[in-house]
Amino acid sequence: MKRFLLYAILTVGALVFLYPFVWMLAATLKPELEIAGFNPLSSHFTLENYRFVLQKLPILRGFGNSLLVSIAVTTSVIVFGSMVGYALSRLHFRGRDLVFNLALATMMIPAQLTLIPLYTMMVKFGWVNSYLALIVPTMMSSYAALLFRQFFQSVPQSLIEAARLDGCSDWRILFTIVFPLSKPAIITVAILTFMGIWNDVLWPLMVIRDERLMTMPLMVTLFAVGGQAEARLGAQLAAATLLALPVIGAYLFLQRHLIESIATSGMKN
Amino acid sequence: MQPEEANKFSTLSKAAAILRIPLHGVAKVLRSRDGLHDQKDRVGYLMVLPYILHITIFLGYPLAFAFVLIFHRWNIYTPMKWVGLGNIKLLLTDPLVWKALINTLYFLLIHIPLQLVVALGLAQLLNQKIRGRAFFRASYFMPVVVSGVVVTMLWQQLYASETGLINVLLQRVGLPGIGWLTDRRYAMPAIAIMATWKNVGLYVVLFLVGLQGISRDLYEAAELDGASAWQNFRLITVPMLNPTIMLVLVLSTIGGFSLFIEPYVMTGGGPANSTLSGILYLYKQAFFFSKMGYATTVGFFWAMMIFVVVLLQRRFVETEAV
Repeated sequence: MKRFLLYAILTVGALVFLYPFVWMLAATLKPELEIAGFNPLSSHFTLENYRFVLQKLPILRGFGNSLLVSIAVTTSVIVFGSMVGYALSRLHFRGRDLVFNLALATMMIPAQLTLIPLYTMMVKFGWVNSYLALIVPTMMSSYAALLFRQFFQSVPQSLIEAARLDGCSDWRILFTIVFPLSKPAIITVAILTFMGIWNDVLWPLMVIRDERLMTMPLMVTLFAVGGQAEARLGAQLAAATLLALPVIGAYLFLQRHLIESIATSGMKN
Repeated sequence: MQPEEANKFSTLSKAAAILRIPLHGVAKVLRSRDGLHDQKDRVGYLMVLPYILHITIFLGYPLAFAFVLIFHRWNIYTPMKWVGLGNIKLLLTDPLVWKALINTLYFLLIHIPLQLVVALGLAQLLNQKIRGRAFFRASYFMPVVVSGVVVTMLWQQLYASETGLINVLLQRVGLPGIGWLTDRRYAMPAIAIMATWKNVGLYVVLFLVGLQGISRDLYEAAELDGASAWQNFRLITVPMLNPTIMLVLVLSTIGGFSLFIEPYVMTGGGPANSTLSGILYLYKQAFFFSKMGYATTVGFFWAMMIFVVVLLQRRFVETEAV
């Protein structure tokens, strides 16, 4: 009986978190008048809402923009972050501790403080309405650098010494020996960075006005807030569904990695 | 450097920093001594150079410039005008800034306890020998990975007064429907409930990790002493989970102070400014009224408030590490 209750609660919990997504998907596939109500099924299956969204929004372009920006930033964060991590954990040079403490200190600066000055900088650089504003300011991350530093400390020193004896440069050691050993750290940084950039709306909203350069979440946000959706619920939800699908798809495949990465980033330092 | 404050993952790092790095870390930057290291690895300078340049330009400069902007009126396109303490005076007497602060505290008052109870409850249930644990964990975690925009648009429909699923459900069990997003008493609680739904899966996982770290011996010893389940929970589980609870508090607080997309999409800050958030107000000042100086001042005030609230939480909730 107690077991039954336990499973009952857990299942109700799962429904609470999953059913709204099912409802959303179902709502996009039926006529506007049938959206209210529990029954996800409708007698009139229709793709009209998606047709409307695709006609109003260059959503594929938005998807491409999001992909471009997220991949560019993630690659950069991994490459440059691992360089800093390697230098801080494996090399000896004057000022090393200074760089380390600087990286720690930068993480304490709240983004609210630098948001507007950074925006005015984009205006002065002439980067508003360009990919540069979406990519360049986030190309490096102190958090990634520190995470790589911590992870690289566990790489056996003997391995690095051996490579050095063979005449390997530190660049080659980092990218051909340390990198393959550091998959968990790379996956964690990649997932956190990619999702952070992919889902962000505030910064793209500030620096992009041209629809052709908008990221997907920005496009969908403005579709909902602006009048383009013509108050059609089904169409709004269809746009939201298109935005959610790639993430949910990735989640189904990478679920374990995703949960672990996001959770460890909260636990470890 | 992460401008996408509104989102959870970028704030994780900051929370970890606030939690674990004592303030003297900043002082250490100023008097760092590492002359003891030998100098053999000059390549190290090359490896950190891009990073140093980047944070100087995209973090150091905006940070310094923030303190210039606070004392100026500026619309970006015409020359700056020195206003001295004008922006700060304006801020202190601006009823909307205080409204946003009260709204945020109201949000936290509902969001944090709800989050702690639901997350700890579900984690406790999952921390047993059960079948399908991975499935349950993954379902609770699903909203965490989905974009805040999607969640907001979805809940906007769930909250709709006439047709929304939640009111339909309430009416089925004989309760009156609530004007979730149209009644100023309920709009902020509605956002707090939605935020809990979105984030709680992350905290379930964090608590689960914490629970699994508690030694069985403690419970066995307590059992010998005849402790009840409730005593176990209160005297062993909760104190042992203190670091996780602290983390949840800090992350939720930063999340609450970063609210933007939820009111922006759902309510525009209304009804009657009842869901106006600090970031939304800052955004409006900068982009509707072109007041860059004042918007920066609001941002500065907001950053200070985060520090104050987090420090208070540390003071009253954090116990010595076990």
